[in-house]
Amino acid sequence: MTLRVLYFARLRERFGLAEESLAFAGATAADLVAALQARGGVWAEELAAGRAFRVAVNQDIVALDAALPDHAEVAIFPPVTGG
Amino acid sequence: MKILVQADAFDLGTEVDAMRQGRTDIGAVASFVGLARDMNEGSGVAAMTLEHYPGMTEKALAKLIDEANARWALLDVTVIHRIGRLLPGDPIVLVAVAASHRGEAFAACEFIMDYLKTQAPFWKKEETPQGERWVEARASDDAAAARWTDS
Repeated sequence: MTLRVLYFARLRERFGLAEESLAFAGATAADLVAALQARGGVWAEELAAGRAFRVAVNQDIVALDAALPDHAEVAIFPPVTGG
Repeated sequence: MKILVQADAFDLGTEVDAMRQGRTDIGAVASFVGLARDMNEGSGVAAMTLEHYPGMTEKALAKLIDEANARWALLDVTVIHRIGRLLPGDPIVLVAVAASHRGEAFAACEFIMDYLKTQAPFWKKEETPQGERWVEARASDDAAAARWTDS
């Protein structure tokens, strides 16, 4: 499937990337995170187990076991700090 | 219901007047205004920049207002959150809740702020004498939001 993946705030800066289109063979948000971790470097570091980040699918925050629909807009970002 | 995500400043009095305009069923308006502080985590803060996730932000704010409406009998809600670069003393966020009685208005106002702090996709970056830094989420904010589900 194809995904549109967005990064925000500290993760956008660390990855040097705001958005990418990704051909993805997995099924869940956890599979996507694992695929991104496998890039190594800052990806492995920032998305390591125990690091705090959130995943949103089609603009709703989801748990890592959530299924990803084809053409989903997936966003990965640090815990929010507005207000 | 009014949700705005904007760079411009807002005025609390204007917003409350707009809620009251033409109606006499409102018995209480509770409001909260969050301001940019000049100090955080022991460092002076010269300015901060607020980033957000366009599209999801508005959706997340609408969702938490829906949750407030499901819990309390509310007559109107306004949420305004600023983005971009703000200076100490600048208003960041406004929540105003109109209801028949104060109990609903106070509770819903606090609920909306507690959920906004943990659910709405905004991020603050501060300018300090040591350089720029992203604000870290606080466990106390998670605890504040959690008390609405624990009780």
